[in-house]
Formats: sequence, C-alpha cells, structure tokens
Amino acid sequence: MLARLRSNWSYLAIAALFVVLILAPFNWFLGQYTTLLIFIGIYTIVTVGLCLLMGYTGQVSLGQAAFFGMGAYISAILTTTYSFNPWLAMLIAAVITGLFAYIVGYPIFRLKGNYLAMATLGLGLIMWILFKQLNQVFGEPDGISGIPYLSIGGFVFNSSFRRYFLVWAFCLVVLLISQNIVRSRTGRALRAIHGSEEASESIGINVNQVKVKILVLSAVYASLAGSLFAHHLRYIGAQPFDFLASVKLVVMAVIGGLASIWGAIFGAGATHVLSDEVLLRFGDWDVVVYGLILVIVMIFMPEGLFVKLKELFERFRLRYRQRGVEH
Amino acid sequence: MSSAQFVQYLISGITLGSVYALVGLGFTIIYAVTKIINFAQGEFVMLGGLLSFTLIHRAGLPFVPALILAILIAAAVGAAMYLLAIRPSRKASVVSLIIITIGAAIFIRGIAGQELTKDFVRLPSFSGEESISFLGAHIDPQALWIIGTMVVVTIILHLFLNYTMVGKALKACAINPVASSLVGINPKTMALVAFTLASALGSIGGVVLAPLTPLNYQAGIMLGLKGFVAAAIGGFKSPVAAVFGGLLLGIIESFVVAANWGPFTSAYKDAIALVVLLFILLVRSGRLAEEERAG
Repeated sequence: MLARLRSNWSYLAIAALFVVLILAPFNWFLGQYTTLLIFIGIYTIVTVGLCLLMGYTGQVSLGQAAFFGMGAYISAILTTTYSFNPWLAMLIAAVITGLFAYIVGYPIFRLKGNYLAMATLGLGLIMWILFKQLNQVFGEPDGISGIPYLSIGGFVFNSSFRRYFLVWAFCLVVLLISQNIVRSRTGRALRAIHGSEEASESIGINVNQVKVKILVLSAVYASLAGSLFAHHLRYIGAQPFDFLASVKLVVMAVIGGLASIWGAIFGAGATHVLSDEVLLRFGDWDVVVYGLILVIVMIFMPEGLFVKLKELFERFRLRYRQRGVEH
Repeated sequence: MSSAQFVQYLISGITLGSVYALVGLGFTIIYAVTKIINFAQGEFVMLGGLLSFTLIHRAGLPFVPALILAILIAAAVGAAMYLLAIRPSRKASVVSLIIITIGAAIFIRGIAGQELTKDFVRLPSFSGEESISFLGAHIDPQALWIIGTMVVVTIILHLFLNYTMVGKALKACAINPVASSLVGINPKTMALVAFTLASALGSIGGVVLAPLTPLNYQAGIMLGLKGFVAAAIGGFKSPVAAVFGGLLLGIIESFVVAANWGPFTSAYKDAIALVVLLFILLVRSGRLAEEERAG
C-alpha cells in the first residue's frame, strides 16, 4: 500500500515536472531564463551519466568533462573544417567517445577509490591540454567558431526557444533510458557492484564488463551533451572542459543525490542557478563563496541536497497520514 | 646535445624537481597519516610566494623575517583548513573528501587573488642575479638555493620523523592508527600535525621558487598536480621516495622539453607529468588494489 502510494506520488511529481518544462520557455512564465534552462538541460544529460557511474556503480570519475569536451570538439571540427552534416557529426562524436571510453575503461577500472580518482583526473587534464592544441589547429588560439545550428529539413534551431525544446527532448529521453536501466537486470547488477564487488562476482556478475559498459554509456551521454553544447553556443573554447568543470559535474551529481536519476535535474539546476544568479551578487568574491559552499554542502549533506529534501517530504507526509488514521 | 647543454637541462630539471619534491612530501605525509589526498596542497606553494611578496612590499618587513612569517602563516592556514573543513567530516566518503579539499583550494585561491594580489610576483634572488658557470652550463644561483633548501628540509624531516617523539608518533599513526591510539597517540592531533607540516613544506617550496619563476594566485593548480605526481611516483609511502619522484619528474620534463619533438612540445610539457602519473598508476594497479582492500 505504502509502496504504491509512494510511486503514485513520484508519478505526480514527474507529471508536474513535464508541465513546468513545457511551459517554462514562454515569456509569461520563465522565458527570461530560457538560456539558463538550456544549460541545465545539457548538464543534466552529463550528470545522469555520472550518477549511473558514481551513484549506482560506485566508481569515481574526476575526468567526465573530457568526454563532454570530446563530443563538443569532434562536432565542432567535423562541422566547420570538414563541413559534415551536424547530426552525422554528433553520431560520429558519440561513437568515437564511446570507443575511447571502452578502450580506457578496462585498464582504468583495475584501480579503485583514491587511485581511480587520480587516474581519471589525469586523463581529464590530458584531454584538456589536447583541446587547447586543437583550437590552434582547427580554429583561433582561444577556440573554434562558426559552428552551424542544428536543423531538421528546413527547420533550423536558430532561436533559444527552439533549442530549448531540442535539448530537453534529448534530456528526457536520456532520463527515461537511464530510469529503465536502473530498474533492469543491469541496474541491479550495478547496485550489487556498489555493495560488494566480490559478492557480485560470486553470483556471476562480470564486474569489469558492467563497469566498462556504464562508463561507455556515461561517455556517450556526455558526448551528446557536448555536441548540443557546441551547436547551442556555436563557439567553443577549452575552458568549459577543464579540471574545474569535471569537479563541477561531480558536484552536480552529488547535490542531486548520487543514486538518483531525477535528482540530476535538481543537481544541474541548483548548481547553475547558484553560479548564474546567486554568485554574481558577490562580484569578484564569487569564487571564494563557491569554494565555501562546496565545503559546507559536503560536510553537512554528503548524501546530497535532493535526497535530504526528499527525506523531509517523506517524513512530513507520513506524519500527516498517521494523524489521518487516528481520527 | 653537448655535455654543457646536458648539464644545463639536468640542473634545471633537478631545480624544478626539488619544488615538486617539497610539494610531494606534503602529499605523502597527509596521505600516510589520514588517507586523504589533499588537492589544496599546491595552494600553499602559491601562498608562500605571494605572502612573502605582500609582507615585503605592503607590510614593509625585511626580507628574511618576511619569508619566515610567510611560511608560518601558510602553516597556520593549513592547520585551519584541517580544523574547519576536514575534521568535521572525518567519516565522509572518498568523493566527499576530494570535493572538500578542492573546495578549500578554490577558497584559498580566491582569497589570495582578492586580498594579496592578482599580478605575477617575483621575489629578489637570495644571493645576486649573476649566474655561475659549472661544467660549461650557466646556473642561476637561486637554483642552488632551491636544491639546497630541498636537501636540508628533507634531512630535517628525516631526523624529525625518526628521532623526535612527535615524529615517531606521526609514523606510528601512519602505520596503524588503531594500535597507536591504544598507546595514547591521538590520530586527530597527528592529522593536524600532518596538515600543518605539509602546508609549511609547500610554502617553503613557494618561497624559494618565487625568485626564479614569477608566481600568481593561480600557480598552485599546476604545482600541486606536479607534487601529486611526485608523491604518486613515490607510492605515497616514504618521504624519500617522494623526493626521488619529484626529482625524476623534474628531470623527465626538462629533457622532454629539451628534445623538442614537433611544434607542440612546450605546450605538452604539463601533459608529461600526467602521462607519467597514468603509467605509474596502471603499472602498479595490481598492488594498489591489494592495498585498498587491506586498508
């Protein structure tokens, strides 16, 4: 009974989310924040991958921005220098990034914990240095410009309003796919690995293979998001893919509650609202405040803000129900 | 490559390597005692340089007292970081602790940029600018100061760890925290000592480096990473291994840049450390996994 009620509540929450998302870009609602919402959508896609990897499988990645950057750079280079069709470029980027993740996955997952964090950090930084060099080969010293808009037939995604729906369509598809994976046999395998690798191995789960599969999936998500990012801004530099970017991605996943697919929207949203709306008020001190918030959130809410809020809501609802029974 | 050039590159490698070694020592000490990788370690190098500059030019302190005070302040910042950010979250996961130290690094970097200076600063050389000739190579006297400081600091650290009560307690805590708390060593106090010591070591690196290379408030990011690689080469185990790791990394970097393959060699200079890091981690992955299981 309780379980069914809870799932009813979550369906209601998701339905409400859909309504808000569809109405958001209209001027009378949240139209002025369309650009912010586009970024939230793009980063949600990356964060969902990170949630699957870190929250469900328990593997740290401090280099996720590298996959994000690969998507953006491969799309940018193929569509500018080689005049590829943007959709084809996006597909090629996703395939190359996925292959790259597959190749690095096996050796890197021989490491655990702190050492895995270091290795992914190193990998992320190497890619970042490579991106900076790609700028000079394929664009200007600071970045690549002149990336075309995406289009379907004659319909060009040349306004924020149109791109908003494109990005969120991608985002919701990614969320639904991930939701299904989590509830599938693979999802249970992921949680088993998080619990104990030895025990998972003993019940016949190919631990390394599952880990690499999830890494590839998260890399493909990040690559798709990177392509969308490139076609949205039409100019990319290396800065959005540096070490701090990887850290920010981890923060989004953590704030959203690592083991929570829908929390990713909350994590990406909260982080962007914080950096685009709140931190601006601190002027030059924004970085200092950001560092402080990072430390405080991690000390007091290591399981994430979203999970904390959900707990509060559950407790409130249960108390309300109990009172109803007494009467 | 002529022998004079060889000596030149070797010494510049050892010089930079000495700074990496000082940072790497800090990483090693903190990791050994607390199993935390302190991503803020590089910021203390930056603090050493920037604080000295500020104390000399804004507070008007004489040269030597300014340097000493800069090191003391940096050590106090390290202690404060442990007490305010690390100690309240001792039960946190690896990911949380990593993010906490990164948050602290961003915080320290931001404060330094706002309150100290946003410019590149350079301290005067300790003993004149005139270069010394050695086997046909020209050596900046400051390079000798850097190498000498590293050697002296390493020797003092070695004596401290092996012949003083606090040093031995630190070592005991690194080997087995539970057993050492049974004999009356407080692991929390030792963690505080480790953070203070590591920040002091990093800032010493900054103080001796600042006359040779200009530093700004963002210099700590790359220096921290190099020190981290130095510690990783040394296996995060013994201070001496970290020193060798630092020197090895410095020399590799220096010679790869000297070899000058292709147009991007100098741009890829910072990538060398990372490639070395990945190589080391993957070669050792079997043993590291065992350790993780045992620890």
